[in-house]
Amino acid sequence: MSYQEKRAIVSLISTLVINAFYWLYMAQRYPSGDDYSPDVFRFWGSAFLILIAVSIIVKIIVYIIFTIVNVIARQETEPSITDERDRLIELKSTRNSFYAFMLLMVVALASLAISMPPSVMFVLLILAGIASEIVSEVSQFYFYRRGF
Amino acid sequence: MSDLRIGNNIRKLRFHHDEMTQQALADKVGVTRQTIIAIENAKYSPSLELAFRIALAFDVPLEEVFFLEDRNL
Repeated sequence: MSYQEKRAIVSLISTLVINAFYWLYMAQRYPSGDDYSPDVFRFWGSAFLILIAVSIIVKIIVYIIFTIVNVIARQETEPSITDERDRLIELKSTRNSFYAFMLLMVVALASLAISMPPSVMFVLLILAGIASEIVSEVSQFYFYRRGF
Repeated sequence: MSDLRIGNNIRKLRFHHDEMTQQALADKVGVTRQTIIAIENAKYSPSLELAFRIALAFDVPLEEVFFLEDRNL
């Protein structure tokens, strides 16, 4: 298995673990009461912003650990260059990820259109974010495995 | 119109160049070893620029490196 394939798997697992733990923790802090109260919107706004920071920090730590473990266990270092095939795979993965996000984004907006509470839209937005990351990592893994 | 299948002689050319390693060829043309493996196994068709760089690395014309496998268009 190539370095990039392993990196995609590590990234996929870290995405799932980060989101699972983060949203389980945040669910306990969900404000009680009216679905339309300012507290609910403040909760969702801060929850998304904190997730971005947490996700970046945890992923950097995970990549550092992954790189160290890979060097120690297999004497394999990260490729020093990004060539045309890497860029093509990144573009295709980003495109697939964008499609996944847009699809769930439309569903999220549709939930508002059919008068569902805003929390449903925010939950769908969370799913859109998670789904787009999963699609991106799975696409990368698939393309690297297939050859391009 | 069927897909064009592009074959290559990279494995043979590496052999004729003192069994040049995939890593050595990758370093010579500025790509990763994984990309050379993918090209060699006909899983990835390189850009025209990279194709010419590979031909230059072996000092042969482009058509000696890459060829059409299926000409039924």
